[in-house]
Amino acid sequence: MTAVTQTVLESVQQFRLPDVGEGLEEATIVSWRVGVGDRVTHNQVLVEIETAKSLVELPSPFDGVVTELLAAEGETVKVGTPIISVGPEAAPPASQPEPTPSVLVGYGPAGDGGRRRRRRRPTASPAHPGLDGRVRAKPPVRKLARDLGVDLATVPATGPHGTITREDVERAAAPAPVEAPALVGAPEPDVTRIPASGVRKATAAAMVKSAFTAPHVTEFLTVDVTRSVKLVEELRAAPAYAGSKVTMLLLAARALIAAAKEFPDVNASWDDTAGEIVRHERVNLGIAAATPRGLVVPSVKDAGSLTLPQLAAAITELVQTAREGRAAPRDLTGGTITLTNIGVFGVDAGTPILNPGEAAILCLGQVRRTPWEHKGRIALRWTTQLALSFDHRLVDGELGSRVLARVGAILERPKWELMQL
Amino acid sequence: MEPVQLLSPDGTFTPDPAWPLEVTPQLCRDFYRRMVLARRFDDEALALQRQGELGLWLQSRGQEAAQVGSILALRDTDYVFPSYREQAAALCRGLTPAELLVQWRGNALSGWDPARYRFHIYTLVLAAQLPHATGYAMGVQRDGTDEIVAVYFGDGASSEGEANEAFNWAAAAGVPLLFFCQNNHWAISTPTHIQMRAPLHQRARGFGLDAHVVDGNDVLAVHAVTRAVAEQIRAGGGPALIEAVTYRMAGHSTSDDPTRYRTASELDSWQARDPIARLESLMVAQGWIDEELRAQIARESDALAEETRRVCREFGPVDMTGMFSAVLAQQSPLLAEERRRHEALVVSYAD
Repeated sequence: MTAVTQTVLESVQQFRLPDVGEGLEEATIVSWRVGVGDRVTHNQVLVEIETAKSLVELPSPFDGVVTELLAAEGETVKVGTPIISVGPEAAPPASQPEPTPSVLVGYGPAGDGGRRRRRRRPTASPAHPGLDGRVRAKPPVRKLARDLGVDLATVPATGPHGTITREDVERAAAPAPVEAPALVGAPEPDVTRIPASGVRKATAAAMVKSAFTAPHVTEFLTVDVTRSVKLVEELRAAPAYAGSKVTMLLLAARALIAAAKEFPDVNASWDDTAGEIVRHERVNLGIAAATPRGLVVPSVKDAGSLTLPQLAAAITELVQTAREGRAAPRDLTGGTITLTNIGVFGVDAGTPILNPGEAAILCLGQVRRTPWEHKGRIALRWTTQLALSFDHRLVDGELGSRVLARVGAILERPKWELMQL
Repeated sequence: MEPVQLLSPDGTFTPDPAWPLEVTPQLCRDFYRRMVLARRFDDEALALQRQGELGLWLQSRGQEAAQVGSILALRDTDYVFPSYREQAAALCRGLTPAELLVQWRGNALSGWDPARYRFHIYTLVLAAQLPHATGYAMGVQRDGTDEIVAVYFGDGASSEGEANEAFNWAAAAGVPLLFFCQNNHWAISTPTHIQMRAPLHQRARGFGLDAHVVDGNDVLAVHAVTRAVAEQIRAGGGPALIEAVTYRMAGHSTSDDPTRYRTASELDSWQARDPIARLESLMVAQGWIDEELRAQIARESDALAEETRRVCREFGPVDMTGMFSAVLAQQSPLLAEERRRHEALVVSYAD
């Protein structure tokens, strides 16, 4: 093996993706900082990569001219794969590279496998006594066996050196599978079976999909909404709102729209197939509505472009239509962010599940009189608890917290805040 | 208690009668040169890790003043226990780039002969070096020499049980030991204020240690305080602790991405307190640095960087199968299997 001691090249060399973080197997090429034909000097940044741990800039180990980029931006590359060729000045581009002479630390093996942690398959040896003829098991396992009423002498051992593991004991304690008794025709006097269909079936599927694909995080904020309560009363008396239902939901909707416009990254979707985050330019505000047929979430399209009276009218109409079961398919799709109001049922807070495909949902709790610190004294104030669930794949705690805090701030001082929008 | 500061971030020198220091052009140039070289070496090692030549590296960027100022306040014969990012201190003791890198390449379990440099091998087990240093200092105490012992550790290590046992033991035994904490504000991603309610120097007093806090990015203050405290220990004054308030400008290690847990503005605020820039401001104002000196230090830095790259690439492959026969006299079936798998892995590597 010849060691490379000079960084200046005599032939084309390839730089392979190193393991920059103790045991990483791959990294994604984020952006190339050099192109074919560029002169590079050692330690000049060639490329930015993203690993499971961090964004990292890779410096050049060579002085020379870039002859080829071997991985595209956005591509995920295994450790040890050549990503760039660098040749001596005035080298013919893409000439056959010489084999890299140095062994670089952290490079993966030639083939697949080797590097992966292999787990030895447990080979069960029946009741393997130790050297002294006694059963081998650690004290916690012995206790477990005692608790479960398992005789260790009868348990096949699969652990190292013939020791009995916790799993061995649990297996021994599990009852042998028994033929299930025939249920056909048996009466079920204590249950009523209802066929799940329509909205219920769709809701179930949507909730399962959402809950088990999007990692949910929920944050809470209790706010003094006394000023909002007063504003709602004033709006109710205003002619512009005649025919519309004006409640705290309207102001919460307005606040959520404002926050979504201010932090557009929360008005987004995760596209798993394309591996992209889809940011929506319009805020289509979904309103969760309890209807006789079940829960539906119609949405107000481009809610951000509406004035407050228009928004009030739109929500009133949308919810009314949905309750009557007349909501058009267009109304029930295309939402980008959702508001749900569980306060109307007299409860304080919940952890809402995201409407599938959306990144955030705000839950409004009941507005109740609460002893609250106000201007240095304890006063009875109207408060409510806000809960914001968000998809942690694309919304970080910081962003989620800012959005929630913003909604809270608007509801605390609605006139002041809404005036500035 | 405010940290002792002699050199403000803008480079203004204000003497402190409690911590006398004769600030000469020679002293400043020496500190400056050592800090610049240490940073260049550290940067070069980082690049080598990013090029796949080192498995891991723990940067000392930002902590040069704390290390250089303190180790130069000791005698060369005083035994030092480092933690694992004391490159700047190690270079002052004459350790070579090859010795400092070899362990991170995986070619050796440690890089140097500690007896030769009176500089112990790096300790990666957090805070384990504190009881070691305490025990070593007990030996020194029994030898009856005027040697003292110094141990480097960080704010994270100070939360370990071993650190607190060592504080107590050292104080109770009255050993000649200097605990030198580089409080760099971050224990990987845990900020200091989450780790402790009382500042470390205050806690140290509770153990009966003489304790001081110093601006760790002010090489002159670090040097003045360490020198006075070291001489006090040498004179039989018992163990002491110095908390040097500094900042880890880089990640915890090359596997860490600090942008995930701290803000750019925090880093900016500490860059404004950079230990090297601060001393340079003083030297410029005093006319103690000229183009010739800068060029000379730049040449020296380039040579150090070149040597660092060269020695790292000359290390070559390493046979690690020895570790399978080093502990047990007889090879167990498990060990034999692990050895077989290791050998298969080595063979599977591309080149």
